[in-house]
Amino acid sequence: MPMDAGEIERLIKASIPDAQVTIRDLAGDGDHYAATVISEAFRGKSRVQQHQIVYEALRAEMGGKLHALALQTGIPER
Amino acid sequence: MSIDQFIDNEVKSNDVVLFMKGTPQFPMCGFSGQVVQILDHLGVTYKGLNVLESDDLRNGIKTYSNWPTIPQLYVKGEFVGGCDIVREMFQAGELQTFLKDKGVAAKAEA
Repeated sequence: MPMDAGEIERLIKASIPDAQVTIRDLAGDGDHYAATVISEAFRGKSRVQQHQIVYEALRAEMGGKLHALALQTGIPER
Repeated sequence: MSIDQFIDNEVKSNDVVLFMKGTPQFPMCGFSGQVVQILDHLGVTYKGLNVLESDDLRNGIKTYSNWPTIPQLYVKGEFVGGCDIVREMFQAGELQTFLKDKGVAAKAEA
């Protein structure tokens, strides 16, 4: 079941309000996305912890409606 | 032995463990294949566990790591990450340093 890119962004921002989210539909099939998420919430956290925060936001959809999400996280430059 | 104990034993008794779809010789998923390529490129000795052979393992490792996707790389009992993190670390040269710090043999040059 394909998932809309806007829906992914909405779910991430619902959990991480300050997130800057960039999403690319890799295969054009609504099923394989690449997302970059930038947020202050990631500061001081390991990469694993940063990704877990995003996965948590998408929890219900990961592995189900959302098949593949290549993820890159970062913190805003000061 | 529960699946949780099985996983715990595997990651603690092997220096490098990759939970993957398929085997190191025949990866069944592009993301698993990428991590295999990186580990092979670095000349790291590792144990591959095929989650496609067991639904218990497939679901168990997701719970064990609190991580929703496969592949998952463990070094000396520590969860390193999935495909994105491993690739990002490799490209930045961090993975090589990390393995060295952990006392895992890898080729010096990337």
